[in-house]
Amino acid sequence: MNLFARGQLGPGVVALFIGLFLLVFLVVPVLQVIYVAFQDPNTGALTLINFIDFFRTSLFQESFFNSLYVAAMAVVVSSIFALPLAYFTTRFNFGGALLIQTLGFVPLIMPPFVGAVAMTLLFGANGSVNLLLDEWLGFTIPFMEGLNGVIFVESVHYFPFILINLSAALLNIDREMEESAQNLGASGFRLFKRIVFPLAMPGYVAGASLVFLKVFDDLGTPLLLNVNKMLAPQAYLRITSIGISDPMGYVISVILVAISLMALWASFLALRGKDYATIQKGGGGLMKRDLRPWEKVACYAIVTFILLLVLSPHLGLMLLSFGTIWSYAVLPDGFTWAHYVNVFASSTQYITNTLLYAGLAALIDVILGTAIAYIVLRTGLVGRKWLDYAAMGAVAVPGVVLGIGYLRTFYAFDVPIIDKPLATWWVIIVVALAIRRLPYALRACMAALEQLSVMLEEAAENLGATKSRTVRRIVVPLMSGGILAGFVTSFATASVELSATIMLVSAESDAPLAYGIYEFMQSAAGRGPGAALGIIAVLIVGIGTYVSHRIIERGRIEWTADAAVTAGAGA
Amino acid sequence: MTIGIGTPAVGVTLEDISVSFETTEVLKGVDLTVEAGEFFTFLGPSGSGKSTLLRLIAGFGPLPLSGRVLIGNDDVTRLPPWKRNVGMVFQSYALWPHMTVRKNVAFGLVERKVAAGEIRRRVDTALNLVGLLDFAERRPSQLSGGQQQRVALARTIVIEPRVLLLDEPLSNLDANLRIQMRREILELQRKLMLTTIFVTHDQEEANTTSDRIAVLNDGVIQQVGSPIELYDRPVNRFVADFLGSANLIDGVIENADGRTLFRASGDITIPLHGRIAGAAGGLTAMFRPQSLSIRGAGDPAVEGAMPLSGRVEHREFLGSLVRYTVTVGGHALLVDDSHQAGHRTYDTGEEVALYLDTEQVRLLTS
Repeated sequence: MNLFARGQLGPGVVALFIGLFLLVFLVVPVLQVIYVAFQDPNTGALTLINFIDFFRTSLFQESFFNSLYVAAMAVVVSSIFALPLAYFTTRFNFGGALLIQTLGFVPLIMPPFVGAVAMTLLFGANGSVNLLLDEWLGFTIPFMEGLNGVIFVESVHYFPFILINLSAALLNIDREMEESAQNLGASGFRLFKRIVFPLAMPGYVAGASLVFLKVFDDLGTPLLLNVNKMLAPQAYLRITSIGISDPMGYVISVILVAISLMALWASFLALRGKDYATIQKGGGGLMKRDLRPWEKVACYAIVTFILLLVLSPHLGLMLLSFGTIWSYAVLPDGFTWAHYVNVFASSTQYITNTLLYAGLAALIDVILGTAIAYIVLRTGLVGRKWLDYAAMGAVAVPGVVLGIGYLRTFYAFDVPIIDKPLATWWVIIVVALAIRRLPYALRACMAALEQLSVMLEEAAENLGATKSRTVRRIVVPLMSGGILAGFVTSFATASVELSATIMLVSAESDAPLAYGIYEFMQSAAGRGPGAALGIIAVLIVGIGTYVSHRIIERGRIEWTADAAVTAGAGA
Repeated sequence: MTIGIGTPAVGVTLEDISVSFETTEVLKGVDLTVEAGEFFTFLGPSGSGKSTLLRLIAGFGPLPLSGRVLIGNDDVTRLPPWKRNVGMVFQSYALWPHMTVRKNVAFGLVERKVAAGEIRRRVDTALNLVGLLDFAERRPSQLSGGQQQRVALARTIVIEPRVLLLDEPLSNLDANLRIQMRREILELQRKLMLTTIFVTHDQEEANTTSDRIAVLNDGVIQQVGSPIELYDRPVNRFVADFLGSANLIDGVIENADGRTLFRASGDITIPLHGRIAGAAGGLTAMFRPQSLSIRGAGDPAVEGAMPLSGRVEHREFLGSLVRYTVTVGGHALLVDDSHQAGHRTYDTGEEVALYLDTEQVRLLTS
């Protein structure tokens, strides 16, 4: 750490600039939303009347409890998917491990609302599964009825958060921890209860609270499934149908932010002081054992079943995008390229807009992320932590809330030259995406910089490189893997984001993919092209992720070993 | 050879340096002069402030609360690291993994805007000097620990630094390589006539390489001197204990019959040879384990030495030496006996006679 006051002017100016950006595009819009929620719509005085109205209205009461119920149940169902997968892959030697680790992440590269329609066709009252069940067994299961549908769709999409965090926690448990417990006489269930479970718990809670938060804030899935009695859809409907002066949209926003903050707080508490990974060597993970033949069969059966379930949206979407007519049938009547032709003929602006918006947003994110990481970890600037807190705070701001905040704050602000409100200019969509995805890029950049031994920078300064030369020649090249990972995460998630963009798209020509899919999916005739767009979105995200993964791997192989040695010795 | 010739060796002067991390004082009024061309070592346990002091000379760490750092005659106290032209070799070598060996070594010359042809020539010379010219296009990760160490050295000396700083550079090497590398470093230092400051917690490393050593403890310089001076004439218990093993006995000075005696508990009195200047009250007598000879209880006495009798508590066989712990009047004394010196070894529990060479007893203020 360098505490010298000198050489702080440059970082100071950059920090000020970033602070201003976050203030204008994150803090002010959110505070604006909160302020309006507490304002009397007629007199403008501060009041609690809006909240009292909210809790007195039966529609809102029901929406509130529905949202809580759906989020909680989604955590339960996601856990049912994730627990066996995480446990089998970390505990036993069997060939499915790699498959699970790969396929288990696939749901994340498609937003839940895209798969929602496909899942209705597969699991709905007249969907493939229920038609088969009815024919063979004589009963049906209401997977997709009302709130069940939302819970099911969200669980299928968000369970990887639990899988990733739980697997990481289990893999980080040093084999010696388990062996020393055995050495001291613990085995079987007691070993699990006293050692494995407590060590894995923080990872599980972190994943579970993320699922809760995501589901609670999600707008697209309930809208597409036509479940409107939930908080996020209510906020959206109030603002779009009644107008931006209706206070209920703001009240709901405040509640969404408050519950999100509580979920984050829960995960913070779960992880606080339990960064086990850094204490232990993290070598090898738990002891793995071979499965007996019948166990292997059972394992594969469970794993296959779960993977089929979680990949069903993709399968369904694929069928839908190639299908002619699919209604009251197990499979579509016939197959065709027509939807793709249709999409490429009429709707390419969705694709180009998405590439432009998500690309710009991801670029902004990695630039801000790298700068904030450097300022926080490598300078002694007063208040530098607040940049980190502010940027991470975006996690707790649902897309709907940010959208409402932008509409309210920037509608009155005309952009010079083009002469229209900032809130309706396409650039505001880019800014919204950048703010929404900044936390992910920032964490990737932080992690990359934290792994860099300060000595590598000191050595450069010692040999005559100034701070800015050191950043350019040493820090950024060595962080490139992390920066790229941050770019991809931001790009991939931004290209399928709906909740903020749906409020900010002012013209069809400015709309990105997610919006286009949403528009198409509204009508039965649009499902085919909508699914084709969805598949294109998944491909864009998938190819982007794969390519960058390869680039990172290639860069890594050459010098990972050495970086590890240096980091280890420098610690 | 061009390296080293362009820069006549300069000294380093530290004046009244005090440094704090937050509220913890890590250096307390350090005064020190390192002569030009000297191989100087900061020796101390971890947390003694030796690395902080070295990093201060390079310009890293917090600004000192007080004091000045002079390199030659230049006050560099407030100069940023990149303007100091002192070369530092880091404990972990800090080689940049994304650059080849050649690019690593060329880094400082590129920053100094040296012409490309000149860079090539000087990098080759430096790599040749450490015997790694053939490895120029490798990545650091493809080198062994000792080779990485040499690259770090080449990278530092190629800029012709005014002072060479070495921060525990041998601690990541295995024992044999460590001995070889410390010889190479010393040889290089002599060849280049570079003022060198070396930080270590290993007294053997310090003793074998240094012209002079500063022993640090608790942010304070305890003593400065050549290795033999420090070993033979430590000024306090800490230095005596840190450099080699020492027997330390607390007691008082007494004058009897015109002779000066050191008296400790357990009825031990040591005659002193008139070297005490006005010392009175509580003192500590220090003597090394090899200043004691051990014999069997009935064996002939050792001429000219003071006899003591005790019982063997422990015996450690160290190869060339047998180290006994013998209790004498309640004091546990270490005794080194050369192995195969012509007499037998003594068993635990055996009553033995010890003979102290009183010439070698030093008195320390407690």
